[in-house]
Amino acid sequence: MYAGNGARRRVSGRLFQWLCLAATCTGVAVLAVLLIDVLMDGLPTLSWTFLTNFPSRFPAQSGILSALVGSLWLISLTALFAVPTGVAAAVWLEEYERKGRLSRLIELNISNLAGVPSIIYGLLGLGLFVRWMGLGRSLMSGALTMALLVVPVIIINCREALRAVPRSQREAAYALGATRSQVIWHIILPMAIPGTLTGIILSLSRAIGETAPLITIGALTFIAFLPNSPMDAFTALPIQIFNWVSRPQAGFHAVAASGIIVLLVVLLSMNGVAIWFRDRSRRRLQW
Amino acid sequence: MVRLAPPQMTGDVGGADEALRTDKLNLWYGRFHAVEDITLSVPARRVTALIGPSGCGKSTVLRCFNRMNDLTPEARTTGEVRFQGIDINGPDADPVELRRRIGMVFQKPNPFPKSVYDNVAFGPQINGYRGNMDELVERSLRKAALWDEVKDKLRQSGLALSGGQQQRLCIARALAVEPDVLLMDEPASALDPIATYKIEELMTELKNRYTIIVVTHNMQQASRVSDFTAFLLAGEDRTGRLVEYGPTAEVFTHPKDERTEAYITGRFG
Repeated sequence: MYAGNGARRRVSGRLFQWLCLAATCTGVAVLAVLLIDVLMDGLPTLSWTFLTNFPSRFPAQSGILSALVGSLWLISLTALFAVPTGVAAAVWLEEYERKGRLSRLIELNISNLAGVPSIIYGLLGLGLFVRWMGLGRSLMSGALTMALLVVPVIIINCREALRAVPRSQREAAYALGATRSQVIWHIILPMAIPGTLTGIILSLSRAIGETAPLITIGALTFIAFLPNSPMDAFTALPIQIFNWVSRPQAGFHAVAASGIIVLLVVLLSMNGVAIWFRDRSRRRLQW
Repeated sequence: MVRLAPPQMTGDVGGADEALRTDKLNLWYGRFHAVEDITLSVPARRVTALIGPSGCGKSTVLRCFNRMNDLTPEARTTGEVRFQGIDINGPDADPVELRRRIGMVFQKPNPFPKSVYDNVAFGPQINGYRGNMDELVERSLRKAALWDEVKDKLRQSGLALSGGQQQRLCIARALAVEPDVLLMDEPASALDPIATYKIEELMTELKNRYTIIVVTHNMQQASRVSDFTAFLLAGEDRTGRLVEYGPTAEVFTHPKDERTEAYITGRFG
């Protein structure tokens, strides 16, 4: 009754396996080429003075200090605005809101927001924060714009994490006489930390590399001072890199590559810290 | 559709006071009529077992006693549940206070991902307990016959305990808020026979101080531990109704209803 096609099935199985491997290798290879290329271009000009110098007309004296500090400011302020807002919105949507037509509409809108191109947020930021609220081309405008960009992603990930908290845990807490907010604070949120952190990592990583919205709101490209307050003008790593790349002198291209290395290091160490923190809280909450 | 006659209530509940009473309790999940017209008097400081085949609504009835069904958005009840004379669904009743006084132990052990100590201390903390917490934790763990096994690992995760220990931890956690009633939803069904035996032994001990209502589909367990037994059965319409209720010895040896007899002799369910 059977066709006895074992050999052919084995071959097609093997073929599929190789295809998957090839696809994986493509991704890894592209990443490797990219890294090698950037490292070869950028490592020679990467030095301590590159990190501590301000930008300059001369490639050899150019440094990334103002962009690095600007980016750190920007990402901290963004997290400050976006994390509480995103988490609180997720708690509302997941734990309080009655499920119905309205909640589905809101849900759909948030998913759509997460997919809106970042330059649109830049335009919104320009109109709303820079002009209407009169915040100017400040760190504040940049961070608020970035916060708009990342809040939907944080909401979506945080909701996933909240939904993953087992019903049995909620019931156990309610059965002891906990109020809804006690259940949320003491049981649900602690258990949702690892998943929420993943979302925060992903969204902040996206924010630190974003260029378009910052250009739109008019972040500067040549800054020879450090921001002292959120109301100061600023520049950020991707903008500085973009600026150097667009210069005609070859010297600046090497400096741009060094800037990319700095950006990658910042990004990877941010992710590293967050992943470490996430795993630690996950270990503490084995469930 | 066959309507069941109101259950035969035995006027004599062994000289015990009444702790809880339901009167024509109905519950719907959306349009599904889960249980119909349950009228039941639960004696204080006795073990009352709710038995019946899967889907007969026994867990649903149990969850009406501490308003756990409030957490299911589409659940709706009619009829009355009285706890110490007060309608627990009435406007004056507070589900948070109710749940402190009517504790619950679930089918699957569900300790919090916290230490043994914090698991027990959680309930008192959120309820604003002002006494000596160490003493309360020890007392609760002793009542749950767990103290000797965990006294050296109070700081370890509650999830590191065995299944049977976890379930007794959950009992200790429930006892820590000093309830009057303990609802147990198939508390031993996820445990091995020895752990089950310990839970049953514990129930017998606890009934001196607590009113216990236990849902079980293990009839030997019901006959071993309970003083009163209520038999529920779902009809063709899947709606659960109370078929028979009385002292366990009577229900098991001289059931009044032939469906009860069929069930306890293992002819269905």
